[in-house]
Amino acid sequence: MSNGNSAERYWRANLRLVAGCLAVWFIASLGFGVILVEPLNRIRFFGFELGFWFAQQGSILVFIALIFYYAWRMNRLDREHDLDEQ
Amino acid sequence: MDLTTLTYIVVGASFALYIGIAIWSRAADTSDFYVAGKHVHPVANGMATAADWMSAASFISMAGLIAYLGYDGSVYLMGWTGGYVLLALLLAPYLRKFGKFTVPEFIGERYDSRAARIVAVICLIVISFTYVAGQMRGVGIVFSRFLEVPIGVGLVVGMGVVFTYAVLGGMRGITYTQIAQYCVLIFAYTVPAVFIALQITGMPIPQIAFGSTVQGDSVSLLEKLDQVVTALGFPEYTSGTKGFFDVFCITVALMVGTAGLPHVIVRFFTVPRVRDARYSAGWALLFIGILYLTAPAVGSMARLNLMETIQTGPVGAPDSNLLYDERPDWFRTWEGTGLLAFEDRNGDGRIQYYNDQNPEFAAEAEALGWNGNELQVDRDIIVLANPEIASLPDWVIALVAAGGIAAALSTAAGLLLVISAAVSHDLLKGVFLPNISERRELLAGRISAAVAIFIAGLLGYFPPAFVAQVVAFAFGLAAASLFPPILLGIFSKRMNKQGAIAGMLTGLLFTYAYIEFFKGLFLRWAGSPFADDVAENWLFGVSPEGIGALGMVLNFVVALTVSRMTAAPPERVQELVEYIRAPR
Repeated sequence: MSNGNSAERYWRANLRLVAGCLAVWFIASLGFGVILVEPLNRIRFFGFELGFWFAQQGSILVFIALIFYYAWRMNRLDREHDLDEQ
Repeated sequence: MDLTTLTYIVVGASFALYIGIAIWSRAADTSDFYVAGKHVHPVANGMATAADWMSAASFISMAGLIAYLGYDGSVYLMGWTGGYVLLALLLAPYLRKFGKFTVPEFIGERYDSRAARIVAVICLIVISFTYVAGQMRGVGIVFSRFLEVPIGVGLVVGMGVVFTYAVLGGMRGITYTQIAQYCVLIFAYTVPAVFIALQITGMPIPQIAFGSTVQGDSVSLLEKLDQVVTALGFPEYTSGTKGFFDVFCITVALMVGTAGLPHVIVRFFTVPRVRDARYSAGWALLFIGILYLTAPAVGSMARLNLMETIQTGPVGAPDSNLLYDERPDWFRTWEGTGLLAFEDRNGDGRIQYYNDQNPEFAAEAEALGWNGNELQVDRDIIVLANPEIASLPDWVIALVAAGGIAAALSTAAGLLLVISAAVSHDLLKGVFLPNISERRELLAGRISAAVAIFIAGLLGYFPPAFVAQVVAFAFGLAAASLFPPILLGIFSKRMNKQGAIAGMLTGLLFTYAYIEFFKGLFLRWAGSPFADDVAENWLFGVSPEGIGALGMVLNFVVALTVSRMTAAPPERVQELVEYIRAPR
C-alpha cells in the first residue's frame, strides 16, 4: 500500500481522539455521577446538588456535545489525510 | 365532545398518518427493505433513531420510575443515553463503511465464519423478541386505559398498524413513520411538562424549573422534595440507596447494551456516508435528550405534587391528611383503572401515604394512629395522569395517548425489522439458500416480518416470565454477547473467529445463567429462580440488572485470550479491517 504510512497516522490520530473523548465520557457520567457523587453533592449548583445534577442532567448534555465534537474533529481528520468521501 | 371520542379521533388520525406514509414509501428492493436504500438524511435518521430507541417504557414508565427511585433512577438516564457515545465513537461509522445490511452479517464476514453469524443471529432474536413483547404489551395497555377497550383488542389494532407499514415499507416505510412518531411523542411529552413546571415553580422550561424554587416558598424544588419525602419515612430523593458498585455496573451494562442493540445499530446503516453516520448519532442523542432531560424534571415535580395532594400540611397535624371524600377528580378517574388504590386501614376517612417498610419511622406512625400505608400508586401514573393533575385541556390528554402508542409502535417496528432481516438475510440467504433471487428474498423478508409480528403479539398477550426482565435481559445480553465481538472486529486485527465465538458464548451463557438464577426466565418449571434476588446473594453485590457489565468483561477476556492462542485471521479479513477503518 502506497499510503500505508498516512493511513497508519490517521488511525493513530483517531485512536487518540477516541481515547480523549471516552475519558470525558467516563468522568462526566460514571466519574461525577456515580463515583464522586457524594463529595460533589456538597457543592451547590443553582438549585441542585452538583453530583445529582451531573447524574440526571449534566452527563446527558456532555454526551450530546461530545458526539458533535467528535464528528466535527473526525470529519476534519478525514480531509487532512485525504480519506474523506467525495 | 367527550374525552374518549376525542382520544379516538387523535389516535385514529395518527394511525392514518402512519399508514399514509407507508403507502407513499413502499420498499422496491432488498436494499430499501433492509436499509432504506442508504439515502436517509443524517438529521432525519437522528429523529427516526430517537423514535426507534424511545420505547413505551421511556415514554410511559421512565419519569415515574425516577420519581420513585430519586437518585437511583439516574442509572437509566445515564445508561440509556451514554451508549450513544460508544455507538458514535466506536461502532456506527465503521459499520456504515462496511456497507452491508445486518449486524450478524458483519460478524459473519469479519470472522469469516458461518458459526459466528448463527450465534449472532440467536443473540439478536432473543434480545429483540424480549424487547418487542414489552412494546406490544405497552400498546395494549395504553389502548385499554385511554380508550377503555380490552388489552387484546388494543394489541390486535397495534399489530395491524405495524403490519401495514413494516411489511409494506420495510426500513424505508419504518424510517418515515418513525419521524412522524417522534414528532407526536415529543410534543405529547413536553407540553404537559411545561405546564406542570409553570404551575409548581412559575418557570416554563422543565430543566430549569427542576433547579428552581417552589412558588410561594423559599427552598428549591429538590430540597423541598427531600424534606417532604423524609418526613414520611421515604429515603431522601437526591441520595441513593443501592450499593455503589451495583449502580456502577448497572450504568455500564445499560450503556454498553444500548450500543449493542441491533435495532439501534442498523439505523446507522441507512445514511449515505460515513461522516453522516457520525453526525447522525449526535442528532439522535439530541432528539433523545429532549425527552431524557425532561423526564427527571417531570418525575420530581409530579412526585412533589402527589405527596402534597395527599399530605396537605405538616406530618402529625390532625387535619393535614387528605379526606378521602374530598379527593380530586383525577384521583377518582385513575382509581377506576386500578392504578391508584386506597384502603382505609385505620378507619379515619383520611389518606395516609407513607413508607411503612421503614422501621425508623414505624414508632412515629404508630403514635399518630396510622395503621400502615393506605395508598398504592402505580408509577406509570406519573406520566399518564400528569395532564389531568395539571388540569390541562382534553386534547392534551388525547395527545398523551397518541404519544404513548407512537413510542411503542415505533420501537416495535424497528425490532420486527431486524428480526425479519436476520431470518431472511442472515439465515435464509446467508446459510440455507445462498442463491435465492432478490425478489424472493424480499418476499421472504416480508413473510418473516409478518410472522414476527404475530409472535410478538402473542408474547405481548401472554407475557412469559422473561418479558418482565427486559432491562436485565435484553440489555445484559446485548452488552455481554454482541458489543464485544463488533468492537474487537473493528479495533483488533488480531481477533479471530475462535476468540469471537468463545467470547460470545461465554458472555451469553454467564449473563443468561445469572439472570435465570435470580429472576427465573425459562426454567420456571424446574424451580427457577433458584435463590432470593437480594444483595446478600449477589456476586460482588451486583444485581441481575448490572450483571451484563461483568458478562461483557468476561467476553473480552475470553476472546482476547483464545485469539492469542489460535492462528491469526486470514489476510482477506485483515484487509477487510483496513477497509472499514478508512472512510474512503
